[in-house]
Formats: sequence, C-alpha cells, structure tokens
Amino acid sequence: MPADGSLAIEARSEISALRRTSRFAGAYPFVAGLLLPVALGAVWEALVYFGLANGRLVPPPSAIFRTLAELSSTGELYVHIRATLLRVLAGFAAGAVAGTLVGALIGYFRRFRQLLDPSLQGLRAVPSIAWVPLFILWFGIFELSKITLIAVGVFFPVYLGVLGAIEAVDRKTVEVGRAFRLSPLGLVRRILLPSILPAYVVALRQGLGLGWMFVVAAEFMGASEGLGYLLVDGQQLGKPQQIVAAILVFAVLGQITDWILSLLTAPFLRWQDSFARAR
Amino acid sequence: MLSIRNIGKTYPNGTAALREITLDVGAGEIVAVVGGSGSGKSTLLRLISGLDHPTSGTIDVDGTRIVAPHPAVGIVFQEPRLLPWLTVEGNVGFGLAHLSRPERRHRVHQALKRVGLADYALRWPRELSGGQSQRVAIARALVARPSVILLDEPFSALDAFTRVELQDHLLEIWADTRPTLVLVTHDIEEAVALASRVVVLRPFPGRVAQVSDVKLARPRDRLSHSFDDEKRAILSALDTTLARRAPPAA
Repeated sequence: MPADGSLAIEARSEISALRRTSRFAGAYPFVAGLLLPVALGAVWEALVYFGLANGRLVPPPSAIFRTLAELSSTGELYVHIRATLLRVLAGFAAGAVAGTLVGALIGYFRRFRQLLDPSLQGLRAVPSIAWVPLFILWFGIFELSKITLIAVGVFFPVYLGVLGAIEAVDRKTVEVGRAFRLSPLGLVRRILLPSILPAYVVALRQGLGLGWMFVVAAEFMGASEGLGYLLVDGQQLGKPQQIVAAILVFAVLGQITDWILSLLTAPFLRWQDSFARAR
Repeated sequence: MLSIRNIGKTYPNGTAALREITLDVGAGEIVAVVGGSGSGKSTLLRLISGLDHPTSGTIDVDGTRIVAPHPAVGIVFQEPRLLPWLTVEGNVGFGLAHLSRPERRHRVHQALKRVGLADYALRWPRELSGGQSQRVAIARALVARPSVILLDEPFSALDAFTRVELQDHLLEIWADTRPTLVLVTHDIEEAVALASRVVVLRPFPGRVAQVSDVKLARPRDRLSHSFDDEKRAILSALDTTLARRAPPAA
C-alpha cells in the first residue's frame, strides 16, 4: 500500500513539525519569564554600583553570587546542602512509606477507614510547626526530631493522595479484573496499582514539596549545619546576601528533586504521557 | 452448551430483577436477548458471566456449574473497558498471564488479526476510535477461546455505520470457530441480523415472554421483506410485553 505508507509518513512529519513548534513555543515563555527578574536584578545592581542605594539590606546580585562562590570554594556550601538534602530524603522516605501504607490500608479495607480516618483528619488539622516543642522533648534536638517533623509534613499529602486515588478507581475496571479471575493480590497488582499510579505520583510530588518546606522549620529548631542554619546564621550576623543565597539554593534543589522524581516515575506513566502528546 | 435453570435474582433491597428464567443454548448458537428496560436482560448476562450470583436456580456451561467467572465464558461489555495503562497488545493478552510470552504474543496477534487490528498492537487505548476499542474488547474475549461469549449491548455506543460493520464482523468471527454467543441488545434489527434465536423478556420482574427462531438463511439481507417480517414479529411481541405490564409512569 504505497499510497497509505506515504500518507502515514507525511502525517508523521507533520506531527513532528507540530512538536517542534510547540517545543519552541514552550521555550519562549521560559525566556519571557526570565526577563523580569533579570531586569530587576540588573537595575538594582546598577543602583547599588552607582551609589544611588546602599544595598546593605537588599544585596545586589553580585553580592549574592560572591557569597555563593565563597561558600562553595571553602566547601562549606556542600556540607550544608548535604545535611539538608539528607534530612529531606530521610523524612520524605519515612513519610511517603507511612502515608502509602496507611492510605492503602484505609482505602482497601473500609473498616479501617471508620476507625482511623477521623483521628488522622484531626491530626492533619494541627499546624505541623506546633509539633516542634513536643518532638524536641521526645526526640531531642538532633536529627530524629527534624526528620520526624519532615515525615509528618510528607505523610498527609501522600496519605490523602493514595486514599483518594483508591476510592476513585472505577468499579467497571475492577470488574474486568474479576472477569479474568484475578486473585485479590493480582487485582491489587494488575488493576489497583496501575489505576492509582498517576494520582500517586502527584501526591508524592506534593509530599516532596512539603518536605522542603518543613526542613526549614526543622532546621530553625536549632541546627549546626544545613541550609536552614545558613538562614538563621545570616539573620543573626546580619548577612542578607547569605540569606538570599540560601533561598536560591533551596529553590534550585527543590526544583531538581522534583524533576528527578518526575523523571523516575515517567516510565510508569507513558500511557498518560502519550495522551498528553497526542493532544 | 449453556443451560440456565429456573434462575431468579432478587436484589437485597427487595427488587426482583429476574424470575424463573429457563433457557438452553446449544453449542454454536447465537441467541439475542431483547426486552424493555427493567426486563433484567443485562442482569441475566451478568449471572451467566459469574460476576453476579442468582438468588435461585443454576447455570451450567458444558456441564460446569457457574458460581464465579469461568474461563469457558468470555464477556464483552457495553463499553470497551480497556485498561488505559496497557497497550492494545497488553489488553488483549490480559487474561493470558499464565501462558509463556511467545505463546501469548502468538495468540494475541492472531486475535488482533481476526478483528482487523494487526497493526495496532502497540497503540494505547486512548489512540483508538470507539469502534476500534470495541474490536479490541472482542479480541480480548476471543483470545481465551471461551465456548460461550456474552455481549452486553456491545455496539450500542457506536454510530449506525460502524455498528453494522461490527455486526457483520462479529458474524465472520463466529463463523470461524462457532462459539456460543449470547447477545443482549435493544436493537431489534441487530437481533434479527445476528441471532438464530431471539428471547424476548418481559419486565418487572424479568421473565421469558417469548422465544422465537429466526428462520433466515445467512448471510441475511437487511433490506429483504422476510427480514422485515422477523423484525415486526419481535417488535409486536415486545409491545405485548410492555402493554401487559407497563412500568409505572416516572
């Protein structure tokens, strides 16, 4: 079928052309989004440079980058990044595992829901920073109390995400599994898990985001290293450039970890992805 | 051979969906079940599939009592119900997990070829049209080689052209291996075009009102007078059932 074949090729090249334009269209807003901060930075830099503003409380970009370079050349920056990153990862792992297990249990067995969900919802209503004094009493001021606080922050979005996703699984899809005589375990593995995966990934990403929020609170509790320590230290010693530098590092690390998480989960969501691409 | 004996189904809320249904379907027969809403035709199909349980009576397929979904019975739902996270190939092979990979691939490709979608093995369900999706669902039921295939208004969501195309296609597939087909439909023309026997159900609760043979030679000409006569006969039977026990006006 030469006619069909050439048609298909034509269609394919048209689609790839569309993709190319959409990729360009995707890059353009990114550049546009940079314009404002870069322009503001440049203006502020110039004002400080020409002595029209002193820049002591609001450091110009050059001062921030100088601070970053100094911290980085002494290796100090990496010590702090490493400490914070390890806390986030440990807290995220603990919170995500607990949230997944409890969410799955409550979602799968209705009885557990009546028993546990009201208490969990009550705990969720507690502003998590309110736990800090208690956690310090219970777990001391070192790593355990910090990681616990982060885990609490990660737990709730993951728990709610898993629970909601399980409840949203279509009865008709489950019936397909039953029609093919899947065992309860097979039903979980071949129907439930793939059904909830997209919502689960979203929940994990939300959990990770909260993990990054809570690590700051945890490190305010008293830490001798970590990016949160840099913030506190910058405040106490009056070094705003160090504070802004730490904030920048937080932003970059948060983005990178989120990106890694979506990259790791992308292969499992290919079927969805292809839908997004087809649109 | 499908044997239904004195089947009754009453739901826990007291609604009687089916009462005293008895029906024998011979091997390789095509039986269409028609009836107004509330006649329990879909319920009957779910009971045969083993997805639901009758409150009284028994169902046997080739001498095996049906108490749960059984490999000898395949089902095609009203919607394709493909699993969106599996490719077409994965969906068709879903029930063949017990087979070795090459064996599974072979069977899946045969089934896809049979429904005319050999080139679509690696597509995602999202990329298929309604008719293609339903073909994949038929392939998924075929691939397990059941002796009975149940179809619950399988073409009702499709446009008229695609519907006729798939009906003809279903007949071709049936002619290959002659599985027993039990087809629930609200489309009289579909019943006459496909079935060797038409079971008319009467509603509230669902009972058998009439069973009639369709004495038309295959292939059937939808435009012939005899086709029209068969249609008219079933329609008048349906009208009788509805007039005799009309549902209370909603």
